[in-house]
Amino acid sequence: MLYREAGDFKTSYVADSQTFPIRFDRYGYYFILGFAFLVMPLIINDYWANSIVVPFLIYAIAALGLNILIGYCGQLSLGTGGFMAVGAYASYKLMTAFPDFNIVFVIITAGLITAAVGVLFGLPSLRIKGFYLAVATLAAQFFLIWLFTRTAWFYNYSPTGMISAPTREVFGVPVTGPRASAVSMYMICLCFLVVTAWLARNLTRGTIGRQWMAIRDMDIAAEIIGVNPLMAKLTAFAASSFLVGISGALLFTVYLGAAEAGEAFGIDKSFLVLFMVIIGGLGSIFGAFAGAFFLIVGPVLLKLLLVNGLGWPTDLAAHLEIMIIGALILVFLILEPHGIAALWRTIKEKLRLWPFPY
Amino acid sequence: MKMTRLAAAIAATMIAAGPTLAETLHFPSLSYRTGPFAAGGIPFADGYSDYLTLINERDGGIGGVPIRQTECETAYNTERGVECYQSIRGDSPLVLQPLSTGITYQLIPRTMEDGIPMHTMGYGRTSAVNGEVFNWTFNYPANYWDGASVIINYLLDENDGSLEGKKIALLYHNSAYGREPIPTLTRLAERHGYELLTIGVDSPGQEQGSQWLQIRRERPDYVVMWGWGVMNPTAIQEAANIRFPMENFIGVWWSGSQQDVLPVGAGAHGYKALAMHGTGMDYPIYEDMQRYVIDAGKYAGTGDEVGTVLYSRGMYAAMLAVEAAKKAQEIHGVAAITPAMMRDGMANLEITEELMAELGLPNFGPAFSVACENHGGSGAAMIQQWDANAGEWNLITDWIEPDRELIMEMAMEDSLAYAAENNIEPACLN
Repeated sequence: MLYREAGDFKTSYVADSQTFPIRFDRYGYYFILGFAFLVMPLIINDYWANSIVVPFLIYAIAALGLNILIGYCGQLSLGTGGFMAVGAYASYKLMTAFPDFNIVFVIITAGLITAAVGVLFGLPSLRIKGFYLAVATLAAQFFLIWLFTRTAWFYNYSPTGMISAPTREVFGVPVTGPRASAVSMYMICLCFLVVTAWLARNLTRGTIGRQWMAIRDMDIAAEIIGVNPLMAKLTAFAASSFLVGISGALLFTVYLGAAEAGEAFGIDKSFLVLFMVIIGGLGSIFGAFAGAFFLIVGPVLLKLLLVNGLGWPTDLAAHLEIMIIGALILVFLILEPHGIAALWRTIKEKLRLWPFPY
Repeated sequence: MKMTRLAAAIAATMIAAGPTLAETLHFPSLSYRTGPFAAGGIPFADGYSDYLTLINERDGGIGGVPIRQTECETAYNTERGVECYQSIRGDSPLVLQPLSTGITYQLIPRTMEDGIPMHTMGYGRTSAVNGEVFNWTFNYPANYWDGASVIINYLLDENDGSLEGKKIALLYHNSAYGREPIPTLTRLAERHGYELLTIGVDSPGQEQGSQWLQIRRERPDYVVMWGWGVMNPTAIQEAANIRFPMENFIGVWWSGSQQDVLPVGAGAHGYKALAMHGTGMDYPIYEDMQRYVIDAGKYAGTGDEVGTVLYSRGMYAAMLAVEAAKKAQEIHGVAAITPAMMRDGMANLEITEELMAELGLPNFGPAFSVACENHGGSGAAMIQQWDANAGEWNLITDWIEPDRELIMEMAMEDSLAYAAENNIEPACLN
C-alpha cells in the first residue's frame, strides 16, 4: 500500500534503467538529498556535526571505495588505512607547497595520487588472489605507514612527525583548520560524498562495473568472454583508491586537523572500513552507507545513551560499547550474512506486498 | 524501528542534559580507562578526580562554588579525544587536561579558537612555553625538553662533567610523544660530545625484540626511554633479559611508575626514572584524603591506586588547577569564574614552598611562577630509583635544573615558526 509500483509505467529505456526505478524510492532519495542540503545546515549543531555526521560522511566515502574493490571486483584488500594515509599526506604536501591551490582541488588531486599508489599496489592482484592478496595489501598498509613515519620529507621535517592542516577557504568560508564552522565542514563533506556516491553508482552499473563483477564472479570465464583482467583489476584498484584517498584527505584536513600516520591510519582503520563493507553488504552502494552508519554513529549513540543518558561510569560504558557492537556484528552476520543491504532488500520486498502477502 | 526508538531516547536525553542552572565550576577529565594505555590512564584520572572531590567535600568547592566533574573516555585515541572535546566545549570547561600528546596537538588550535585553557603537565607541545604564541596552552611545571635536559645534566654530574665519547640511546614510543625529545637531545649531543642513537618502538610497544638486539649490538653507555603504557614494562623486561645495567637505564616521568616496574620483579631493581613531583603517602594531605574521600566511599575508580606515582601526578595536576582557579577568583573578584578568567589565573599562577606546605604537600613539587612569556614553570625534576626488594621508588637526587637557556631558545624558534605558519601575531593576552 505504501510501497506501490502499480501504475508506475516506464515509457523509455532511460526511465527503465534509472537508479531508482520505483517512484517511492525516487521521492525518498530526493527528500533525503533535499533534507541533507537544505534542512540539515540550519539545524545541525557543532557537536552533532563534529562527532557524528562529519565522520559518518567521511567514512561512507571510504566504505564506498573499498566496496568497489571487494564487493564489486572481489579483490580482498587490507590496505585501506595505508591508502587513506596516502590521501592525507598528499593533501598535506599539496596544501603546504601550494598555499593558493583551492582545497577542493587539493583533495581531488590527493585522490588521484592515491589512485596511482593503489594501482601500484594492485599489481600483485594479477598473480595472486583471495587471502594471498589480502596479505600483499597488508604489506602495503605497513609499508606506507612505515614510509610516512620514517621519511621526514612527508611531514615537512616537523620535530614530532605530526602533520597539521592550515586554514583553507572555499568561497571565502573556511572549511579546514580551527576556524572552520560545523556547517562548512558538513557541507564540503556532504558534497564530496554525494559526488563520489553518484560516481560509484554509475561506474558500477556501466561497462567497467560489469567487467568488475564478471571478474569477481569467475575470472577465467570473464577472460574467455573478453574481459581484460589487467584492465578490470587495475581500474578497480584505481577507482577504489581514489575514493579512499579522498576520504583520507577529508579525514585529515576537515575532521582531524592534525594527524600522525601510525595513530590515525593504522591497521585498525583498515579493519574498521572492511567491517563497514562486510556489515553493510558487499556489492551495494546503500550497504556502504549502512555499514558506515552502523560502525561510526552506533558507538557514539551508545556512548551518549550509556554515559549521558544513564550516567554510567565511562570505563564501564566503553567496555560495554565494545561488547554490544561486537555482539551486534555477530547477530547481524548470523541473521543476515549478506549485510544490512540484504536486510533492507528483504524489508522492501515485504513492503511491496504489504498488507496482502502471499 | 529499534534505531528510531534509540535515537528518540538519545534526543530526549540531549534535551534534558541542557545547560546546568546552578553555579558550578566545571572541571572535565579526558581520561582513558580502557585500551593499551589504561594502566597509566586509570591512576591519573583517579588522582585528578579524588583531589577535586576532596576540595568539594572539605572546603565546599573553590571560593564557595562547588566543583562539577565530568569524565569522557578517550582510550588515548585522538579521534575519540576530539569527540570528547566537542561534547564538552559548550559546557564552559575551565581547563582541559587530555593526558595525551597526540590529543594535545589536535586541541591546541581548537582551544585557541574557542578560548578554553589547556594544561599539559609534563607532556604536549614543548614550545607552548612561549605564552605569547600559545596564549591558551600551559605546560608548567616541566616539559619534555626540560626532562631530556635534566637527564643529560644528571649524567654529566655522574661522569664528572663530561660525556665526551659516551654513547646514549633514546628508546622512544614512535609517536608525537616519543619524538618530542629528539631535537633537544641532538642539540645537547653537539654541545657535550656524546653520540645519540635514536631507536623507535611502534605503538603500543609490546614488540621490542629487534630494538633490544640493536642495543645489544651498539652497546650504548646509557639508555634513555620515552615510553608509555605497555611499552614500559616490556622495555624494562627486555633490558633485564639482556642484563643491561639497570642503573644506566633512565626513563622519563611517564616511564617511572609502579605499573612499569612491578611486572618485571627483581630484574627491575635499580631502574631509574625522572620524577617531576614526590610520591608515596607521606604527605599530610592523605589524612584529609582518607577522611573525606576514601573512608566516605567517594573515591574514583576502585580506590586501589591511592599513593602510586601516577595517582600523585593526577592529584598534582588537580591541585595546580584548583590553585589557578583560586588565583583567577582573586584577580577578577568573582567566585563563578569563566574559562577566560581561568586562563588569567593560570597565567599568573605562583606556587611557593609555603603554599605547598599549607596544602599538605610539602616539598611535593617545585616552587615556580608562570608568566605570559613563560608558560613552562621551572622545569626542574628529580631522579628516582626503583628498589625492587622494598617495592618502592626512592628519590636519589634533589631538584636538578634543566638547561633552560637552550630550551627557551629552541622553544622560541619552534613557536615562532608555528606563529608564522598560522598567522598568529605573538602577543600577551592580558
